[in-house]
Parts: sequence; C-alpha cells; structure tokens
Amino acid sequence: MKEVLGDIERWRAGGHRVAIARVVGVDGSGPRDPGATMVVNDAGEVAGSVSGGCVEGAVVTEALAVLSGEKPRGIVSFGYSDDEAFAVGLTCGGTVHLFVEPLDW
Amino acid sequence: MVSDPGEAGGGTGTPVFDALQEALRADRPVALATVVDGPGVGAKLLVRPGEATLGTLGHPDLDRVVARDAQAELDAGLTATRRYGPHGEAREETVRVFIESFAPSPRLIIFGAVDFTGALAKAGKLLGYRVTVCDARAVFATVARFPMADEIANDWPDRYLAKVGDELGPRDAVCVLTHDAKFDIPAIVAALGTEVGYLGAMGSRRTHAARVARLRDAGVDDAGLARVMAPIGLDIGSRTPEEAAIAICAEIIAVRTGRTGAASLRDGTGPIHVAIPEPRRNSR
Repeated sequence: MKEVLGDIERWRAGGHRVAIARVVGVDGSGPRDPGATMVVNDAGEVAGSVSGGCVEGAVVTEALAVLSGEKPRGIVSFGYSDDEAFAVGLTCGGTVHLFVEPLDW
Repeated sequence: MVSDPGEAGGGTGTPVFDALQEALRADRPVALATVVDGPGVGAKLLVRPGEATLGTLGHPDLDRVVARDAQAELDAGLTATRRYGPHGEAREETVRVFIESFAPSPRLIIFGAVDFTGALAKAGKLLGYRVTVCDARAVFATVARFPMADEIANDWPDRYLAKVGDELGPRDAVCVLTHDAKFDIPAIVAALGTEVGYLGAMGSRRTHAARVARLRDAGVDDAGLARVMAPIGLDIGSRTPEEAAIAICAEIIAVRTGRTGAASLRDGTGPIHVAIPEPRRNSR
C-alpha cells in the first residue's frame, strides 16, 4: 500500500476515481503475499502490482468494471484451477484471491 | 477502545483511507480490517494502537473482536483473513475479514561511514528498511554523503545503541562496517545486548580472528559470537561496494528466513574477494 500512496494522491488531485485491488489470499505457490496492492484509476492508469505480472491485465478490467458500477466490490480469484483464470495464467501454478473495491472509504 | 465512525475526513470523503495514509506516511503501526465476504462487503475498521478505532464493520461487537485480533496481528507483523459470526462470534464463518497489518519499517543501523556505507544504505532502502548511518566522526557521517539515509547519527556506536537498543527486534539489522577495533568491539558488544535479528561485521578473516579474541576479552561468550556474521555477507565473490551491499542484504534475508543453505562468508575459508576468473588456460 505504501508504494502506491503517491500515485493515489496525484490521481485524486487530478479528479480521478481510484480502485484498489489487494491480495487477500493465496493458495499454493503465489508470487506475492497477502497485502500486495495494485491501484487503477478511471483512465486506466496503473500503479503497484499483485503478481509477477501474470494477472495485472485482467485486474485492470475488473477494477474498471467495479469503478463503473458494472460489478460490485468483492473477491476475484485467478488461478490454475479456474478455467477463465487459466487463460490469464499464473505461471507459478497457484491461485490468488484479490479484493477489488473503489476507494470510497 | 472507543469507536468513532464519524471522524471527519477533511472533506475528501474518505476518512478511513486518509487516516491510514497519515499513519503509513508517519511510519506508525496501523491495521486495516475489511469485510471481504458476507454482509457488509467492503466495510472498514482502522485499528491504531493507543487511539480510537475508526469506521465500523457493521456491529459494535464485531468491531471489538476484530480490533482485538488486529492488534494481535499487528504485534506479530501478520496479515491474514479471519472468519467471524455477524457479532464477532469465533466459531461462525458468516463474515470474512481481511486484516492487513502495517508494522513500522524494520531498521538497518550501519556503523561506520566508509566507502561501503552508501551502497548498503541504498540497498537497505530498496528492501524497505529505515536506515541509520552512525559514525562518531562528524566529518564523515554527513547528510551530503548519505542522502539516502533516514537518519545520520554522529555518535559512538555503543552510546547510540544505549539510546535505541531497546527498540530493536528480530526484524532489525545492525551492520558494523568500521573494521577498527576502537569502534567495532564496543558496537558489537552493545548490539549483542539487544534483540536485533541480524548482526554482521565487516573485515577480513584475519581481522575477524583478532576481533574474536578481543570480543572474548570483552566477555562475549560462544552464543554471542555465534550471532556475529563475520566476515559479513554471502559468499558471492562480490568486489565493488554495490556488490558487497547485495551480498550483505542477501545474508540479512537468509538469516531472517532461516535459510541455512545460503553460503555465508563466515562459514567458508576461502578468499573474500576473488580475482575475476581468467579465460581458461591450456593445462600444463
């Protein structure tokens, strides 16, 4: 979280809305521990990371959907066992659970 | 602890985040609890030691139980998801709460403002340490020479540790780079009196052999000597200050994680600085 505070501040000062995705659980081998944070603004800009680069693209899509109200805030999982996530692909073979929410708290 | 869900957020509309940001920037301990599944998904409770909690997870009893657990996680430096009943019941699983604890940065204290110090201070910052450079010689330990350090202390190592030693714990590291007996014997002796997780000392094998004798004279026993990683760093054949900084930081990580398979210079016998391998010659 610390490493993205500057980006959040800059984006909000520029009038952007921000979504936060945090790793809240990892099954098996995962590249980042719970607490790893990625932030996305409503222009699609990104800071931070939640994996070794494997799922970040999909997280942007989820974050923008949450920001636009298409999807409610909640847990999104990516991993080896999940068909859709398999296409995204965690190369390490684990499953990562993210909590994606708008920064409105 | 009193809950205060109504603390004004300075007009930003994000009072919990603002308070979290303030604590993180000030490097104060703080824990953020979020309902990630169950009723009230997204609800927040911010737990700050010695201060009122901020926000609510939906019920005062749940807030109370989670605040207690968050404090325990903060003390242990843990981040985890826990399950509760809607009123904080321990044996129920309706509400899943992600408790993220933000402990203050671990400390890296470097004794000796020498040519290796800047590189080690930089590498320490990269790893998230709060870095102190301590040297009694005010001419050498300056902000201009070590702008990356969080703190410059112009003090004798043992006097400095007498001030801050009580705050050091298993996550912290002390590196003695002085390799001058006048400074490093009191520094090591004082560091051994703390709970610091990593203690390394620079110097050749010969320097360290002489140092061991002096440390014994100063009353350090086998258990104390076993805590001293010297010659400092992993045996990766480092040559430059930057490479030595990587070797030292890698050893700090290995000691913290208990990975004994990593080859420390201390446990070997060969030269510390190897010559650059020459192209293979024909055998004679």
